[in-house]
Amino acid sequence: MSGFDLTGLTASFGGERVIGPLSLHVQEGERVALVGRSGAGKSTLISLIHQQVGRQSSLVPQNLGLVEALPVFHNVYMGQLDANATWYNIVSLIRPFARDTRAVKTLLDELTLPEKVWVPAASLSGGQRQRVAIARALYRNSELLLADEPVSALDGPMAHLVMKLLSERFRTSVVALHDVELALAYCTRIVGIQDGQVALDEPSEKLTPADITPLY
Amino acid sequence: MLMSPTVRTSLIFTAIAVVGLFFADIAITSANPWKDLGRFFLGVVTPDFFSTEGLATALLRTVAFAFVGVALGSVCGFLLALIYRAYPIRIFCAFIRSIHELFWALIFLQFFGFHPLTGVLAIAIPYSGIFAKVYSEILEEADPEPGRLLPPGTSVISAFLYARIPDCWVQIRTYTAYRLECGLRSSAILGFVGLPTLGFYMESAFSQGHYSEAGAMLILFYVLIATLPLWVKPKLLPVYLLGAPFFLGDGMPIIWGNVTRFFTQDIVPSPLRGEQDWAGMGTWLGDLFVNQALPGIWNTVILTQIALVATGIIALLAFPLISSHFGGPVRRTSGHVFLVILRSTPEYILAYILLQLWGPSMLPAVVALALHNGGIIGHLIGRQSSTIALRPDAPHGVNRYTYELVPRVYRSFLAFLFYRWEIIMRETAILGILGIYTLGFYVDSAIQNIQFDKAMVLILITALLNIGVDILGRFIRKKLALQTMPTC
Repeated sequence: MSGFDLTGLTASFGGERVIGPLSLHVQEGERVALVGRSGAGKSTLISLIHQQVGRQSSLVPQNLGLVEALPVFHNVYMGQLDANATWYNIVSLIRPFARDTRAVKTLLDELTLPEKVWVPAASLSGGQRQRVAIARALYRNSELLLADEPVSALDGPMAHLVMKLLSERFRTSVVALHDVELALAYCTRIVGIQDGQVALDEPSEKLTPADITPLY
Repeated sequence: MLMSPTVRTSLIFTAIAVVGLFFADIAITSANPWKDLGRFFLGVVTPDFFSTEGLATALLRTVAFAFVGVALGSVCGFLLALIYRAYPIRIFCAFIRSIHELFWALIFLQFFGFHPLTGVLAIAIPYSGIFAKVYSEILEEADPEPGRLLPPGTSVISAFLYARIPDCWVQIRTYTAYRLECGLRSSAILGFVGLPTLGFYMESAFSQGHYSEAGAMLILFYVLIATLPLWVKPKLLPVYLLGAPFFLGDGMPIIWGNVTRFFTQDIVPSPLRGEQDWAGMGTWLGDLFVNQALPGIWNTVILTQIALVATGIIALLAFPLISSHFGGPVRRTSGHVFLVILRSTPEYILAYILLQLWGPSMLPAVVALALHNGGIIGHLIGRQSSTIALRPDAPHGVNRYTYELVPRVYRSFLAFLFYRWEIIMRETAILGILGIYTLGFYVDSAIQNIQFDKAMVLILITALLNIGVDILGRFIRKKLALQTMPTC
């Protein structure tokens, strides 16, 4: 089950309420885009959902959470640390196994980062780093994706490629996006957030960009 | 400007040091201090590298003790760092690092004798405490985000190795390398209590007036430290670590009877041995306190405060030597060499040399502490000042120093100074072994008189004093909102 049903979500920051109380029901198979002005509470909502659904989800946070000193391979491999025994992980840290290398390389190929497997994350550009975090989420192989502006640093064609890949690989997803066009193209449902409340909640096919603009 | 808290704090500390000067015993007592100093410098410029065949062995032993001691200390320290959050562990670490290497050596000498274990443990124990603290600070600063993103069910060890260690690895490595340099200094001075390292040979060369021999040892020691990055390479490290234990020398075998006696009799306060005389215990403690602990504490505190301010003055005077805002490349290079020499000379050796030349008083100790610590802090803030970008029309010379640079580096200068306060006090106490009436003097005399019970109490008092100053220093740094990195 990758859908969830959350009610009474609230979050406060320094005594001031930034989110909710609001409810969000997401069914399996839905691809939800969270849209709204920056500071509206999208990121907070994503991390609230992450806390609530347990960690059976793949998360791409806005700051990516890469381990700067480790090569790209290990950053991606970290998505499946739970799948292998501790000794296997320790050995992989020093000398990765061929089958993991193959799997990670395939993934990086799809994200057009093939030559970067052994480069430390710290030396990558913003867009490359973002794709490494996405590769990690994909490698995680869970059903639910929670992503906070996952394509903000990618140019047009690359953003489309990544969004397409994400919508194919995850059965259910909640993605915060500021790009309305991408949201309408790759998501089945648009949830607009304004001042910590749900201001819009419609299937994408019923909406045009003009309907969403007032939120900004 | 006088109202600024940093300036006020500096003035208060300076005032304390000036008052301290009236009580301190500052004098040159030797008949011919400048002639001796001249002969010593002559010895340094005419070093004799071939006088004793022991020199090479001494260097080898110095390196071996440093490697084994620091390696053991870093492993234990790392393990302790993992559980450093527990309050008892913090107290334990604060306690073991507040006792100087030489005190540890003096303790172990009493029951292990001149066995290599004495030297190894004397370095490893206090270093474990320091490593535990610094490693735990480094680990705490690691970015927590990657750890939060790990899939649930990841084992603790995998999570630690992937999400924690890589982020801190460079810092851990840098700090450990820095500590290895400190370990070489510690190892060298262990010779002064009789272990087969450099200090042992230096002391005998000095006492016989063989200044060229002593000069050769000092020069070799500088070369050893200056070339550290050249011969300590990650790839060679396993070779050194595996090899070092075989070069510690045999020493003397441990007599286990001594070990038992030390713990069951020697360190038991004398009134409590045999029939337990608790009334006598009161007098014993009172006597120890009034006649040894109090004068020791008094002298230690006075000397520390004077040395602290002198360190500050030296640091402020020395930092322009390497700052890129003053002088040309020639002056800066010589400034670097000068500061590296100050930094690399263990204060104990510096104090020993000056004491030989000027005779016993607090003066050699103050000068030695100020030169060594001032060299370290001057080096750090000099480097920092070079990163400051001045406006193109900034003033030159003294105006540049007073208006542009000192105000900008003053806060970190104070932070380093208060960080080293506790270190200066630890050193001050230990310099007593050389004959200055600080706590170390009373510890050493108690040991000479085979009163280990008294020595242990005095070492305990020294440790508590150091912990107190450490807490006070941290309080002041927090109050003034000063921050430092641990690599100082």
